[in-house]
Amino acid sequence: MNIQEAKFQYLLRLGDSSLIIGHRLSEWCGHGPILEEDIALINIALDFVGNATSLLAYAGQIEGKGRDEDALAYLRDEREFRNLLITEQPNGDFASTIARQFLFDTYMFFLYEDLKNSKDETVAAIAVKSHKEITYHLRHATEWMLRLGDGTTESHERLQSGLNDLWMFTSEMFDMDEVDAMLIKEGFAPDLNKVKTAWEKRVKEVIAEATLQIPTSTFKQKGSKEGKHTEYLGFLLAEMQYVHREYPGAKW
Amino acid sequence: MEDTQWPVWEVFVQGNPGIPHKHVGNVHAPDAEMAIQNARDVYTRRSEGISIWVVPSNAISASSPEDQGAFFEPSNDKPYRHPTFYKIPDGVKYL
Amino acid sequence: MLPEGNWITRAPNLRRKAILLAKVQDEGGHGLYLYSAAETLGVDRTELLSQLHTGKAKYSSIFNYPTLSWADIGAIGWLVDGAAIMNQTVLARGSYGPYSRAMVRICKEESFHNRQGYEIMMTLAQGTPEQKAMAQDALNRWWWPAVMMLGPSDDKSPNSDQLMRWKVKLESNDAIRERFIDRTVPQAEFIGLKVPDKDMKFNEKTGHYTHGEINWDEFFEVIKGNGPCNAKRLKDRVEADKKGRWVREAATAYAAKQAKEREIA
Repeated sequence: MNIQEAKFQYLLRLGDSSLIIGHRLSEWCGHGPILEEDIALINIALDFVGNATSLLAYAGQIEGKGRDEDALAYLRDEREFRNLLITEQPNGDFASTIARQFLFDTYMFFLYEDLKNSKDETVAAIAVKSHKEITYHLRHATEWMLRLGDGTTESHERLQSGLNDLWMFTSEMFDMDEVDAMLIKEGFAPDLNKVKTAWEKRVKEVIAEATLQIPTSTFKQKGSKEGKHTEYLGFLLAEMQYVHREYPGAKW
Repeated sequence: MEDTQWPVWEVFVQGNPGIPHKHVGNVHAPDAEMAIQNARDVYTRRSEGISIWVVPSNAISASSPEDQGAFFEPSNDKPYRHPTFYKIPDGVKYL
Repeated sequence: MLPEGNWITRAPNLRRKAILLAKVQDEGGHGLYLYSAAETLGVDRTELLSQLHTGKAKYSSIFNYPTLSWADIGAIGWLVDGAAIMNQTVLARGSYGPYSRAMVRICKEESFHNRQGYEIMMTLAQGTPEQKAMAQDALNRWWWPAVMMLGPSDDKSPNSDQLMRWKVKLESNDAIRERFIDRTVPQAEFIGLKVPDKDMKFNEKTGHYTHGEINWDEFFEVIKGNGPCNAKRLKDRVEADKKGRWVREAATAYAAKQAKEREIA
């Protein structure tokens, strides 16, 4: 693998994760627990779609084969997507969504904090903009963690079960492979071990404050870096891509 | 537990530094932190603000429309409270 | 939010996806502003929602039609929001403060909705033959519902008279409808689409278009609840409300606990 391919892969990982989790959040539109929260979730979804657009556009440039952000988002198959498995997990109830957002937002918060120092100017610029957004996302998710965790018995149980179900998808967030190794050396991407330490500390603190328990399962589901996904992604893409694919070459 | 839409909070947004916070509407929220977040999401999506205040609606006391005459009309005939009431000769400066 | 929310997950590119999200989000906001205006009259939102969910409160007939293709998203922005602007700019000048203030904010946002809708239609109309057909089909299906959503003719409108006497509403439904048609027909022609009304003619003498007969029976049926999507729309809303209940309760319980802790401290 050359450095250009590594950069392309890395940008797909970042961009796809934002795209897919943004898509999931957008599914809440019109179905939120209260009008204000509906609007809040869409704000967050919009940030993710915007972030994905910038990253995929840059990925296309780096690749240099004339693919733009839409070609990458709408014309790749399941096995070519590089989003983290946690981002494609279904919304479930509001507690599962909050658990997913909290675990991922915390990851993204610390990851992008480091990405701001990337030697790649475009990546650094995207990270600076996105880090402001993700700071708000994390605050939103954290406040809900506290309210659901320490709210009623029902909300506590729902949130705990959401966390338990998603826990197996968290370890792959910090896996590093050849792509990471090459890009860390270049100063393009950060070392995920550092992100992991910060993530673990914050997640433990919030879970404790929310009167919840750290899940005990030790099974680690992985695969996104090689495009091995859970079965949910295929259905998501089928819905997302069908209009675009139905009319090849059309402008929208 | 009774189902509610949460208490109502009045939202005030400051558009620029140095100008007063202006009432823009209200949001429903369970507590102050969520009220601020909701106000941010509902009322500042188009760069309308740099600062937000939220106040529980039931904490606001207001004068009533019937008071209008008694409250506000008596000030109409007291123009001597305004600087423009006083005639100063042209030659006098810094006054 | 629901008819257009349908297409968020299927929007054909990333730009359109973001625009549609922002647009539907605004619609949620509009609901919020208007409930908020009603609350200043002393009606609780819980009560307003319960009226909606039990079918006691009426909502605009237009939302009971299905969105069947991507072009419908264009047609709704262009026609439905276009018609809404005509209505709302009049209401924004009305006599009831909280309501007209909400309307001022809403009108600003509707203008974005209207333009993004027209842009979608224009892009489709200038696209492949399939896309153009999609746009024309959407116009065919949404034209009459949009014309009708401005409300029954003056002789058939039960509330107009009173609202006009109170100066909440300043113009009649027919006057607003005429303005909507006068502005929209040339917009359709500009992008090569045809309004589905064979009797539509420009009257040189009056300077206005005259339109064919409106099927008011359909309108009143839809208002009564017999539109293609009434049942589904309401069911979706009731379900979201039910599913949200434990969330609202949890936040209330947490706030009470926190308040108690502050009291002790």
